Amino acid sequence: MNQPADDNHLEREAQGQLTRRSLLRRAAAGLSGVAVVILTGEEAYVWGSAFQEAPQGAPAPVSYDPTKHHYVYLVDIDKCIGCGSCVRACERENQVPSGYFRTWIERYHISRTGNEVIDSPNGGRDGFEALVTGELVTKSFFVPKLCNHCSLTPCVQLCPVGASYRTPDNLILVDEQRCIGCSYCVQACPYGSRFIHPETHTASKCTLCYHRITKGLLTACIQACPRGVRKLGDTVKADDEVSEIIATRHVHVLKPELLTDPNCYYLGLSHEVR
Amino acid sequence: MHPELTGFLFPNDVHIMWSLMIVLYPYVTGLVAGAFIVSSLYHVFGRHELRPVARLSMVASLSFLLVAPLPLLAHLGHPLRSLNIVITPHFTSAMAAFGLIYALYLTLVVLEVWLLYRIEIIKIARQSRGLKRALFATLALGVYDTSEEARHVDHRVMVLLAAVGIPAACILHGYVGFMFGSVKANAFWSTPLMPIIFLFSAVTSGVALIMVLYQAFMKLSGRGIDGACVQSLSRWLWMFAILTVSLELLEIVTLAYERSDEWLIVGPLISSKLALSFIGVQMVFGSLIPFLLLGIVVLMRPFLTDPLRNTIAFLAALILLIQVFAMRWNVVIGGQVFSKSMRGFRASYTPELFGREGIALALVIVLVPFVVMTVFNRYLPLHEDAGRTQG
Repeated sequence: MNQPADDNHLEREAQGQLTRRSLLRRAAAGLSGVAVVILTGEEAYVWGSAFQEAPQGAPAPVSYDPTKHHYVYLVDIDKCIGCGSCVRACERENQVPSGYFRTWIERYHISRTGNEVIDSPNGGRDGFEALVTGELVTKSFFVPKLCNHCSLTPCVQLCPVGASYRTPDNLILVDEQRCIGCSYCVQACPYGSRFIHPETHTASKCTLCYHRITKGLLTACIQACPRGVRKLGDTVKADDEVSEIIATRHVHVLKPELLTDPNCYYLGLSHEVR
Repeated sequence: MHPELTGFLFPNDVHIMWSLMIVLYPYVTGLVAGAFIVSSLYHVFGRHELRPVARLSMVASLSFLLVAPLPLLAHLGHPLRSLNIVITPHFTSAMAAFGLIYALYLTLVVLEVWLLYRIEIIKIARQSRGLKRALFATLALGVYDTSEEARHVDHRVMVLLAAVGIPAACILHGYVGFMFGSVKANAFWSTPLMPIIFLFSAVTSGVALIMVLYQAFMKLSGRGIDGACVQSLSRWLWMFAILTVSLELLEIVTLAYERSDEWLIVGPLISSKLALSFIGVQMVFGSLIPFLLLGIVVLMRPFLTDPLRNTIAFLAALILLIQVFAMRWNVVIGGQVFSKSMRGFRASYTPELFGREGIALALVIVLVPFVVMTVFNRYLPLHEDAGRTQG
């Protein structure tokens, strides 16, 4: 999406300065937000607010009771346009080091002959350049990915010191103070969701913005998505939309054969995706 | 995209997390377990022709065991937190068993070595003065009983410990294989065969190490090499090498024949990224050549002079030591070269020369046991010369 000549602009944007492009983008996002509110009656979101919240690692508020929540995550593949907003939002919100990803987007081009062209340049952070495969592409789609917060996750099982753990509200988190940096969990994650942080030398991955959701906010990626691709559900809530979709629609999980029981569900997942 | 990356990789699957140090760790523990088995062949199974290497193998086992945790410490992101594995282990983790298994095994080997040298320790304590006397008196734990009865008890306990040591050695190394074999996310590692392959290759490397050490030691100390001992070691080495390579091949052949989904990536992995280190070094150079060489030693014994037989056996053992290292490399590094997308490969891994996980440190770690053995030999001889223990 961003042209290479835009380095300056990116820099300024990264510093939180208002550039012409970011102004237009925010205006467009705001307008589409208004449109979403008008059309669906959904709660409006304000672009950029994801970056103004509590600092990283801030503990959950005292009033928050993790036993009263049970989070699940939903990705609607057909809606994703591969703009990379979610990847950028995550990067800023969680200070993800360059070259590592807590969330990323993959692009699939499938031709009639079954040929696959798959890519994820820079994790889809900067969107995707148009691609000509030279074949008749019959299926093309984007797949956002993140930690699946699996119920039977190998990462928690294999951690020798219990630094990777499951929270009562159904997330997998890493205790940076306990992690010894052995990378066993990185090896054990079938989805490539984990990495060793180059500065802290401890395991790092998606926390579903735990510091935000425990305050009743959305994750940065969900908040930044202009298409409503990503949704956070709470199965404890009576009229939870995501729970309803999981219960009634054809949803899939990644690598189901590994029986890790992911809590990240996909609507419209094609069999080519691993 | 990095020019050396091929196919589609998950964006986080770019780095090789487990480096040369994690190749070294199973290699060193394999030598420990294998050397212990050689010693047990004499102590428990009564292979008296292996008496000349009984002490050497036990001390070698201890020396390598002492450095076994070093590669892990060099690898950890937070080495100062390493004791957490022992203090607050998370018991569902295979890795958490390390402290327990290591401590158990170290106790066993130290006790065994102590019993082996108890009489000699007492002798030195009696014959020396000053600091040396104090040291050896401490080592003797103040017990100076060298009576026939005491020796008999020593021997009984030693046999018992060696007998317990066999399953312990198997657990120590089987467990290292289990750490890889139980990672279901990894197509190349995840097989129940992995602990067994590790175990047999450990014994192979241990026997090979003793063969090389024994011959080198005898030559350097100007002693004659015991032909029957080399012949016996060759036979054991041949058998364990055959078992090891058969298992290694079986694993690959099964994957290929099943046309399992793992083969989608393991096939190209072996034929491209691991072509040299797996097919070239591990299988052809490392397995086929020693198989033929040891075959000559075992089957054509009457036609070989002692020096020729010893040289061939020495050479075969040296190559097998390389084979086992190649196997560790191919498993540890090979298992990380492909992405879990099962559609692409990382750049090939070249270890750094210096630095925490570099070649230099790896060499130092491998050399330390030899220094330990040399120092050990200055006071407590690795070779039991005739009449030495009679006094």
